[in-house]
Amino acid sequence: MSTTASSRLIGWSGRSVVGAALVGATLFFLVPLVWLLVAVTKTEHELAVRAPFAVGSWDTFKANVQQLFDFQSGAVLGWVRNSAFYAFAALVITLLISIPAGYALALTQFRFRRLLMVTTLVVMLMPNTALVLPVFLEMNQVGLVGHALAVILPFSFYPFGVYLTYIYFSTSIPRTLLAAARLDGCSEVQVFTRIALPLATPVVALVAFFSFVQNWNNYFLPFVMLPSSDSYPMQVGLSTLLSATPAFNPSSAGADSVHLPALALATVVSMLPVLLLFLFSQRFLVAGMTAGGLKE
Amino acid sequence: MIDLTSVQSAGSETPNRPAAGRVREDQVASSRPRRRPKRAAGVRSIGPFFVAPYVLFTLAFGVIPGLYAIYLAVTDAQGGFAPTANFTTVMGDFRFFAAARHVALFVGIWVVSLLVLVVFFAIVVHAIRVRWLSASARLFFYIPGALAGASSVMLWLFVLDPVASPVGPLLRALGFDSFPSVIQPTHLPVIFAIIAFWTGAGGWIVVMYGALNNIPDELMEAARIDGANPVQIALHIQLPLLRKWIAYMAVLSLAAGTQLFVEPSLLSQASNGVVPNDYSLNQLAYQYAFDLNDFNGSAAISVLLLLVALVLSAVFVAKGGLFETEDV
Repeated sequence: MSTTASSRLIGWSGRSVVGAALVGATLFFLVPLVWLLVAVTKTEHELAVRAPFAVGSWDTFKANVQQLFDFQSGAVLGWVRNSAFYAFAALVITLLISIPAGYALALTQFRFRRLLMVTTLVVMLMPNTALVLPVFLEMNQVGLVGHALAVILPFSFYPFGVYLTYIYFSTSIPRTLLAAARLDGCSEVQVFTRIALPLATPVVALVAFFSFVQNWNNYFLPFVMLPSSDSYPMQVGLSTLLSATPAFNPSSAGADSVHLPALALATVVSMLPVLLLFLFSQRFLVAGMTAGGLKE
Repeated sequence: MIDLTSVQSAGSETPNRPAAGRVREDQVASSRPRRRPKRAAGVRSIGPFFVAPYVLFTLAFGVIPGLYAIYLAVTDAQGGFAPTANFTTVMGDFRFFAAARHVALFVGIWVVSLLVLVVFFAIVVHAIRVRWLSASARLFFYIPGALAGASSVMLWLFVLDPVASPVGPLLRALGFDSFPSVIQPTHLPVIFAIIAFWTGAGGWIVVMYGALNNIPDELMEAARIDGANPVQIALHIQLPLLRKWIAYMAVLSLAAGTQLFVEPSLLSQASNGVVPNDYSLNQLAYQYAFDLNDFNGSAAISVLLLLVALVLSAVFVAKGGLFETEDV
């Protein structure tokens, strides 16, 4: 066999192997999600006996919604509300803290600036679970455990947001512009509020996005801080629902038990806001993630 | 606006996958011309005023909790100084090394699979010439990143329950016909690795893809002209140039993996105790605080875990070369 023919053969078989791997990976990543969205339209019995991707009915879906939101007289709605409250409150505080801090780190000089920068980087790269128990021990000491602030305040400490803002201000705001504003008589505060801040909308949106996603999805911190079901966010509520699902926990069969499809629906509810954010900002995000890379 | 898009690259932040995108904007930033000279000293600075709230939060939720945990770890319940007692207690607990072994096994499997598969798929997706196909592949891989924490674990509970699972026939073919048979203790490290991979790998693939795009065309072209085939290009050009990013992914995943908590915690509830509630180190620390009311012991475990995270992170900031150190 000539070398060209053999290399073509290798190329051909190599290509089909790679193609199969790609299809396999796509299935691996998508099948669970698609299945979950279908599962909420079926009854528990249908889940077990029908084909995995057979769609149930609208009425069944409504019944599942009914069952989920009737659980413990409307607990689920309360959890969603809590999640939204914690995530939004933390988002507001995060923005109020991070944007000026990032600005100052990028465009001003002060003592210990370098120390603050290094601390920010180091904490930013640490998994956020690493500080959960230490923060709990601290909150316990000051008597805040069980209070919404015990979740919101730690959520609001977001070094990554400061770092993003820092990068943005240090690379895309022309200093001459700020200097011109100063010459025109702006005070330092006015330079920030009138010039830098209006130009910073993109990074504000970005920090808000990541802060929201991270806080909405956080499980460990609220799990540790909030002992009462009334104050759970949705992520922690999921574990309560799980305990009340006889299919997983046979001892829970009772009036207030949850069927598998309702549990699937709860999972959908818990992920929906973030999933929608991801899809709607998809172009934005994916384009952004590849920008600087696509050389054209 | 270039900066906007580059900053967006930070995409995909989820607790399980810290900093998937963090690197991108930084990379872009460092490829940009050096920043302008600093403002002349003497201009009155409002810097301290602007960073004050952030410094306060850094102290309150970063530095002080760490120090307080260390303080608790080296004192006894009455506040007396006992530098080693708590560490001896927790390490003498038969569950400690079992949990450490579980976590190490999980981290090992997870990090290796990330290293191999993420790099492989990034290179493959990068080689796809059809633009929409490459873009959709990246989106599909990345979407599960929207689910993190409890949501993704719940989803996988369904997938792993042969009764309801979309891959039920596959599970049964492998000899698993009930949920408990799937989640036997020996399977757990693999199961947790699969869940973590499902949630986080897509973000890393996108990051690696971006890094691959930064390899100059001329370099790839030269290799092709010299007769290198795609496999040789991958092994001898792309892989070496991805080294920093691969190290970055490994370090962050290593640090995040040691924190394993939500997966075994939910699985323990779902399995009625088949999975113990002290499977991982973080769970054990939780048990110490909440079941045994031993805050000092809990702090000792937390401090050990915190040290691992801190050291990995600090070494990477210092040596990784991905963050601008000249200005930092």
